[in-house]
Amino acid sequence: MSSSTKRLASWREIPIGGAITEPGNSVKRPTGDWRVFKPVINQERCVRCYLCWVFCPEPAIKILDKPYKTASGREWKVTFEVDYDFCKGCGICVEECPVKAIDFIEEVK
Amino acid sequence: MEKDLWIRIPLSSNYAAAYAVKDVDVDVVAAYPITPQTTVVEKIAEFIANGELNAEMIHVESEHSALSACIGASAAGARVFTATSAQGLELMHEMLHIASGLRLPIVMAIAARALSAPLSIWGDYSDVMNTRDSSWITIIASTAQEVYDSIIQAYKVAENPDILLPVMVAYDGFTMSHTYEPVYVARDRSIILDYVPKKRPSWNVLDVEKPITMGVVANPDWYYEFKYQQVVAMEKSPEVLKEAFQEFEKRFGRSYGFIETYNLENSKIGILTYGGLYGTVTEAIDYMKKMGMNVAAIRLRVFRPFPYEELLKVVKNLEALIVIDRAISFGATLEGPVAMELATMAYKKGLDIALHSYIASIGQRTVTEEDVIAIVKNTTALLEKGVKVTEKSIYWGVRL
Ligand code: SF4
Ligand code: SF4
Repeated sequence: MSSSTKRLASWREIPIGGAITEPGNSVKRPTGDWRVFKPVINQERCVRCYLCWVFCPEPAIKILDKPYKTASGREWKVTFEVDYDFCKGCGICVEECPVKAIDFIEEVK
Repeated sequence: MEKDLWIRIPLSSNYAAAYAVKDVDVDVVAAYPITPQTTVVEKIAEFIANGELNAEMIHVESEHSALSACIGASAAGARVFTATSAQGLELMHEMLHIASGLRLPIVMAIAARALSAPLSIWGDYSDVMNTRDSSWITIIASTAQEVYDSIIQAYKVAENPDILLPVMVAYDGFTMSHTYEPVYVARDRSIILDYVPKKRPSWNVLDVEKPITMGVVANPDWYYEFKYQQVVAMEKSPEVLKEAFQEFEKRFGRSYGFIETYNLENSKIGILTYGGLYGTVTEAIDYMKKMGMNVAAIRLRVFRPFPYEELLKVVKNLEALIVIDRAISFGATLEGPVAMELATMAYKKGLDIALHSYIASIGQRTVTEEDVIAIVKNTTALLEKGVKVTEKSIYWGVRL
């Protein structure tokens, strides 16, 4: 029995065969809680090349309309950030980043 | 039966299955050849090559792939078919549960065959009985005509939105799959398609206009409910099967039920079996009648859902029931799979009946009318000794 206080649907109320009939509903179920290591993008080093965004299998790389100015004065129109609700910590982005701008830090709970 | 709507031709049960597939206008067939099923699919390939059936034949490298391809096609809403035997059915086993779990109305023919090792290509029901808990509706035919008719009925039941479970139609390997009988087949398949119309599925299928996900993970909070849905569908299936049989009879004049009986009146002993062996049993009953013995024959036609309500009606006036099983459940309380069901039924319904479990025809060991008569004599002697339920199943014909 579920210990959750929220009442879950009965067998009558769910589509047969376990079909998911609501497209795009994966956003409702965060899957990022089983990560062991988390990628952290160093905004100073990142050259906005999009490679992490291309390679992330989730996808959990967000491209934000958030300008960023580096310490050396370089100005970027966008910022790359990790969506930790969905990042599973696979490390592919860390591996693919050509300028080693992504640190991989052990999650401590 | 309106005579001009049908042609009567000699067909093996395998060919009868292929004719049914043609006449229900199946869209996709995926199968791998295995004796004694092979000629089912060969015949279908011929129909496709001749332009008599417009279907996609997917050539696969194994039975696991055959049923996988059927699952994919059925998920996309196609009417699909496959056929197999023995090891092929075993190799499909994983996918059997996926087909039923995804609630796909797939229909499969099985030329029932013994399982290896040692290798036997011959008929028995070890393969079919191994699928018992896979949530497939299981029909066991005993004539080629019944194979043709059952496959047509199978689509009617499988595609009922209240059921959506796959259906297998089994029959004896070789003694039925490769012997010829006269069979009525539709002169024009439109009469069959009026009975099993091809409509756009009203259930969930893969459709780009209406995207869904199939084959998901269900964690402990959800899995149980999906399995219970299958329980409910199986519980509902007797009603739907009955309607399908009745409508079939009304349209085509051929009558089928969950069970069939012979010489039930005045008999105190009944013999229950399934598949082609029923013919041998009814022959033996005619001989016994001439010898002054009244024995009834009962044929189990639907194995899943197990028709205990119907069986109860026919066995309740008998004093003893002989169950001849054609597969062995090694190590079970009674090793005959159907005998076990009968024992449960008798207990559940408080039925006071002697139950003698026999195993016979394993690996197609011949069972003759003389064997059937000898089984009845053996049971009569056991009853005189007061044996109500056989301690073990009796392995008829094995060399001791
Ligand atoms: S660790 Fe994996 S999942 Fe997370 S952002 Fe990087 S590539 Fe995506
Ligand atoms: S791959 Fe590295 S440099 Fe390229 S956008 Fe991602 S974090 Fe920035």
